[in-house]
Amino acid sequence: MDVLFDGLAGAVALLLSGDEESWSIIALTLRISLTATAIALLIGVPLGAVVALTRFPGRRVVLAAANTGMGMPPVVVGLFVTVLLWRSGPLGGLGLLYTPSAMVIAQGAIATPIVVALVAAALQQVDPDFLVQMRALGATPARALAALLGEARLPLLAGAMAAFGAVVSEVGAAQMVGGNLAGQTRVLTTAAVLATSRGEFPLAIAFGLILLLLAFGVNLALTLIQQRRVVPR
Amino acid sequence: MVTAMRKGILLGLAWVATILLAACGTTAPSSGEPAKSLILATTTSTQDSGLLDELLPVFTRESGWQVKTVAVGSGAAIELGRRGEADVLLVHSPAAEEKFVAEGGAGQRRLVMHNDFVLVGPPDDPAKIKGASSTDALKKVADAKAVFVSRGDESGTHSKEKDLWSKAGVTPGGNWYQSTGQGMGETLRVASEKGGYTLSDRATYLAQRDTLELEVLSEGDPGLLNVYHVIEMTTKAGDKVQPDGAKAFADWLVAEPAQRLIGEFGRAKYGQPLFTPDAGADESKLGL
Repeated sequence: MDVLFDGLAGAVALLLSGDEESWSIIALTLRISLTATAIALLIGVPLGAVVALTRFPGRRVVLAAANTGMGMPPVVVGLFVTVLLWRSGPLGGLGLLYTPSAMVIAQGAIATPIVVALVAAALQQVDPDFLVQMRALGATPARALAALLGEARLPLLAGAMAAFGAVVSEVGAAQMVGGNLAGQTRVLTTAAVLATSRGEFPLAIAFGLILLLLAFGVNLALTLIQQRRVVPR
Repeated sequence: MVTAMRKGILLGLAWVATILLAACGTTAPSSGEPAKSLILATTTSTQDSGLLDELLPVFTRESGWQVKTVAVGSGAAIELGRRGEADVLLVHSPAAEEKFVAEGGAGQRRLVMHNDFVLVGPPDDPAKIKGASSTDALKKVADAKAVFVSRGDESGTHSKEKDLWSKAGVTPGGNWYQSTGQGMGETLRVASEKGGYTLSDRATYLAQRDTLELEVLSEGDPGLLNVYHVIEMTTKAGDKVQPDGAKAFADWLVAEPAQRLIGEFGRAKYGQPLFTPDAGADESKLGL
């Protein structure tokens, strides 16, 4: 039990001490996971909208693939991205392996199916007459889509939170494509694993607690946005 | 409607492209970073013991080469070298290394340092191996069917373990022989929790001794030496290999200042050095 209290004390000490290394790990974790989530939203929202609102051959297969992708093990994604980014791989020329960009790519790949599946589910819930009405009222397709997204913002933000939660907490892909390089690609999860394998349990728990705090902060912000206009009548 | 959708898709693509570019911008290396970087594939023991944290910043400062470390088992490190995915290797699996160098993709291979392996186990020592030679100890563990935890990951430590089992004339198997497939730190932890025996390099064991219920029970015989070599890769392994970086790192590692750092490493914290520097020594003295 002592180790848990030591971890708690360690987390507070790390945060208060302004230890440069820990803060850079925290900043990098946020930067990578938020960028990956943003990319996943940018790809996943339009794709999810197309899947939800249009009919095309293979639509259900895409949806099933997205639903499968929600449960894709990060380590499998990490392995694929690693092989693609190897010097001898098809994208080797970019020299991205063991950089934050590689981690953004892997985490983006993990988060995108989650966004697609949740956006598709959310938009299909909106009254199908809604779009027809909007168009009848003279809205351009883009305007109509924007209104539709506004209508579905609760589940959409839930999708964003699910995507962020998935990538900020994964370790398999971050370790494999990032390499856990100190000061370059070390994020909270890989730092916690390294501390564990070094037997530095209080430090590992401290990183774990900071990760929880970080996830809570981001989700709190998103929840506040989500609930902003939901006022009890 | 079709044209509207096409327009929408084009817009969407443009949107994605913009963001991807922006993302690449934010994740590009910061300006203060040295431009040259090389990939070092090495074993978990050099990272888990903390030795690399000590050495690499000095090398980067002196040479301008930034080092990206991939800490995996020696087997995986050699495989990365073979594929041209690493520029230089720091590994401890001499038999596998010699075979690898004979294949022709590698350049110079030089002796760097050694420490030794130790057989550790629970303080009550159910198989009574304390003080026995390594092979006798393993025979006793097998006879007693006491829990033995193996790395099982084709690392240098795992090949040494397999080597010792075959010298002991035992083919380990059964419930008592458990394979973690993980690094040395995790494997020691599993052995400690299960009250089992395991083979560990001394550096990793010493670095974690305080959190483990394990004692050194068999040590010191010549079969237990753990010898590290640095291997430079060449462009024969892959056209993106950087032989100049490999040479810079290997030359630096076997030169006097780095050898002195290696010899001092751990002395303050553990009361004894974790590695013995060996550059330029005669390999036959280490039983190779």
